[in-house]
Amino acid sequence: MEWTCPLPLRDYPTIVMGHGAGGQLSAELTEHLFLPAFRNPALEALTDAAVLPSLGGPLVFSTDAFVVRPLFFPGGSVGELAVNGTVNDLAMAGAIPLHLSAAFILEEGLPLETLGRIVARMAEAARRAGVHIVTGDTKVVERGHGDGCFIATTGVGVLRKGVELSPAAVRPGDVILCSGYVGDHGMAVMSVREGLEFETLIESDCQPLHTLAAAILEDPGPVRVLRDPTRGGLASALHEIARQSNVGLRVDETALPVRPEVRAACELLGLDPLHVANEGKLIAVVAPEAAEAALARMRRHPAGADAAIIGLATDAHPGVVAVRTAVSATRVLNMIFGEQLPRIC
Amino acid sequence: MKYLDEFRDGPLAGRLAGEIRATATRPWTLMEVCGGQTHSILRYGLHQLLPPGIELVHGPGCPVCVTPLELIDKALAIAARPGVIFCSFGDMLRVPGSGKDLFRVRAEGGDVRVVYSPLDAVKLAQRHPDREVVFFGIGFETTGPANAMAVRVAKQQEVRNFSMLVSQVLVPPAMEAVLAAPGNRVQAFLAAGHVCAVMGCDAYPPIAQRYRVPIVVTGFEPLDLLSGILRAVRQLERGEARVENAYERAVRWEGNPEARRVLAEVFEATDRSWRGIGVISHSGWRLTAAYREFDAELRFDVGHLQVRESPLCRSGEVLRGTLRPDHCPAFGRECTPRTPLGATMVSSEGACAAYYHYGHFVSAGSVAASH
Repeated sequence: MEWTCPLPLRDYPTIVMGHGAGGQLSAELTEHLFLPAFRNPALEALTDAAVLPSLGGPLVFSTDAFVVRPLFFPGGSVGELAVNGTVNDLAMAGAIPLHLSAAFILEEGLPLETLGRIVARMAEAARRAGVHIVTGDTKVVERGHGDGCFIATTGVGVLRKGVELSPAAVRPGDVILCSGYVGDHGMAVMSVREGLEFETLIESDCQPLHTLAAAILEDPGPVRVLRDPTRGGLASALHEIARQSNVGLRVDETALPVRPEVRAACELLGLDPLHVANEGKLIAVVAPEAAEAALARMRRHPAGADAAIIGLATDAHPGVVAVRTAVSATRVLNMIFGEQLPRIC
Repeated sequence: MKYLDEFRDGPLAGRLAGEIRATATRPWTLMEVCGGQTHSILRYGLHQLLPPGIELVHGPGCPVCVTPLELIDKALAIAARPGVIFCSFGDMLRVPGSGKDLFRVRAEGGDVRVVYSPLDAVKLAQRHPDREVVFFGIGFETTGPANAMAVRVAKQQEVRNFSMLVSQVLVPPAMEAVLAAPGNRVQAFLAAGHVCAVMGCDAYPPIAQRYRVPIVVTGFEPLDLLSGILRAVRQLERGEARVENAYERAVRWEGNPEARRVLAEVFEATDRSWRGIGVISHSGWRLTAAYREFDAELRFDVGHLQVRESPLCRSGEVLRGTLRPDHCPAFGRECTPRTPLGATMVSSEGACAAYYHYGHFVSAGSVAASH
């Protein structure tokens, strides 16, 4: 995405401490960089807080912070992550995402052109997700005290009618669906960060999931819970559900969609695709009688074209996630401990 | 994935397991030497396919696990020095020394970096001529060639600010130590396939003959392991004690001659201390006189280090195959991958970590409860 530096900003091709000091440089950055990209009526007022119209239903509210190195990677950037991450957290709670705030912590010396490209990508991601960025803030830290650009976003949405999602609703026999190939984001970031080259470029799956969630929730009754398996991968998301529901989950490893290039990269690095981060996938736990219909709705949606049934809930081992392996034996699936893929999102 | 999926075929695995069941007429105890094999066995649940009498005990073949505490403490002391860039394989960062691990050193300001190849550490040294770049050269015969190559390149290109903290250990002396130990139960070995790919199989017939044990060179995928087990059980049932190669797609009898040539140039045999086991004669490598200037132990004098092992950790018994990880009283209680007391709970190849991560349902309750 091209970005051309507007005239008033050209005296300062890089971020300086003054851009976060609240004076004229701050105002110019807001007026000429953020506002043209994010333009919407609530933001336009440039007051300290945005006044939003009444939403007509229970509010859903979420926040997330985004640090990623490198800032741009195949298939995305910290900008798309910052929008889609919060949009997806709202969507997984059953909400229609509506408004975001964005706070930037910039490192002194960050090229303005880099910030411009990040902001342009955020604006595009916001348009795609149907949300407005209605308020924001910028701070600058001294060189060496940040990693270029950190972004924190907070989002509000309104709960879809008739939706009640809760892990407590998961029952033995329920079916676990996964919306597509797992591990793409983590391996995309890892491959550029570590300078690993594979025959095929692995791209991040970073995308908004609110319309896929809406498709699944067309028949909301049988849907127990939705989760987007980001950091910690599918394993962490399944663990959360198992622990919160106190029901066992059993995943069939051979049913799990993993791209050959991601599998190969994981083999090479000794990683388990179940532990690798995703930024555009969800898992749904659905009542057994509604599973096939939910799968069909997912597959009709572009973000769920490769969806698959990957496992079942069971009363055999409450709170524990187990994997059925390629040789039809069983092992326990644990969460990763500490750092495996440091700072992916 | 070619060359992998074929060796993970479920129905074929079932058929091999059936053959093992049909062949075994009484109980046998086998040791898989390499930690990579241990992980594969537990990750795929292969032990669940075996008849109850066939017991797999897990060998000492985890380089991170057997690196002595004193050397880890040395690594921590060197890594904490200003002006040093300390490079290591990722596994080593969480291994506890007497007081802390390399992650803590990094958090406290040390420049500790994960590299995927020792040659990357040499490149790093070339990019930072004003810094001392130290690579933690640990491993069995498998990591030897790349580590040797890095030192050789550093010498050729006169990268004087590069050095290596060498902790190379060798498999055959460790196998003999297991067999000679009092209380040994091991009746046959699945030898470490990748070690043999480098070094060949010459070292094993004398061991097989002296101790009357079958030694089957075995790979790492489910079908490799099952066919290794089948061949070992067949030999045991017939009263044979031969060296057999069940990993022919990777292992030639003579190994990799080019790698062996570089190894012989850069390294020479030395006594090494194994964590949890003790000193084993001629069980490791150090740099030869021609390359000794690159030895980090000689370059950095870290003084006398007081070593402190956890009194609860019984990883020595685990490494010798006399204690099953989940039978250790500290397993899953004081000792977890989050709070490891010994290296066997840290490394991705460590037997204790493998039991914890992939533990069967006997221990699933305690695993879940510890979160």
